[in-house]
Amino acid sequence: MSKITFPVEASHIMMFARAVGDTNPVYHDAEAAKATEPGGIIAPPTFPQAVAQFDPDYHLRPKAGQKWFGSAKGPSGVEGKPPSSGGLHAEQHFEYHRQLRPGDVLTVETKPGKTWEKESKRAGKLIFKERISEYRDQNGELVITARGVGVTTERPVDQG
Amino acid sequence: MALKASALKVGDTHSEIVVENLSRTQIVQYAGASGDYNPIHTDELYTVQAAGYPSVFAHGMLTMGLTGKMLTNYVGDGRLAKFGVRFTNQVWPGDTLESKATVAAIRQENGQHFVDLTLSTVNQDGKEVVSGSATARIDP
Repeated sequence: MSKITFPVEASHIMMFARAVGDTNPVYHDAEAAKATEPGGIIAPPTFPQAVAQFDPDYHLRPKAGQKWFGSAKGPSGVEGKPPSSGGLHAEQHFEYHRQLRPGDVLTVETKPGKTWEKESKRAGKLIFKERISEYRDQNGELVITARGVGVTTERPVDQG
Repeated sequence: MALKASALKVGDTHSEIVVENLSRTQIVQYAGASGDYNPIHTDELYTVQAAGYPSVFAHGMLTMGLTGKMLTNYVGDGRLAKFGVRFTNQVWPGDTLESKATVAAIRQENGQHFVDLTLSTVNQDGKEVVSGSATARIDP
């Protein structure tokens, strides 16, 4: 169980909206956003996932002084890494109690949920793990509940 | 420009092309914005030679984000109550994706009107990459 402090910032929202190709001014133009129903900049619906930026131990971010499993001189910077690394994202669900706005300081607590297994023709044995995250604001109010399911595959997913 | 319960009916649809010819650079952009630097999304050498995939592929959350763009364009800013997806197939560089929302129900709860939507995002071959559902607050 970990608690992460996630400050919501306008420049981060702008970059995130750009990355999903969303040019809606409500995500980047404070002046134009005043005329919208929310009355100011809000975050796009999948932005809560960017909490990864604020997790000091996030395993999918290279860290100074530590070996990284992506390519460098060779195809992987870590010897003997299994070919199917880390797993894939199977499901993601968000429940919004209100929209995120720049200036919010969220506290995000993630707890493990259910675990289950399945046999698949395309990728062998699949192990599913659920994670439930609660995003609370600076007033302690629950603003977002997220449920993610990750899957570890026995082998890379067959594309046939 | 929120949706109105009085103007909606079950089966109504809204669809958009949410990305055309997805570039590796956009995937890199998403890695930077989201903080997910898994090399299977951005590092061709690692992904092909160490992970055993034919090429890098998009973050599921990029596809969800692209689907979300269609969704918020349809229901309006700040109207979403729920949004959930299942990632059914991988999305590759060069893919063109179309996202569609279909009205599944129009209902009222404690005086507030809601629309329930089913969501589907397909690639240029008609293969579904994301299936999901969403609920949004709507006007009477």
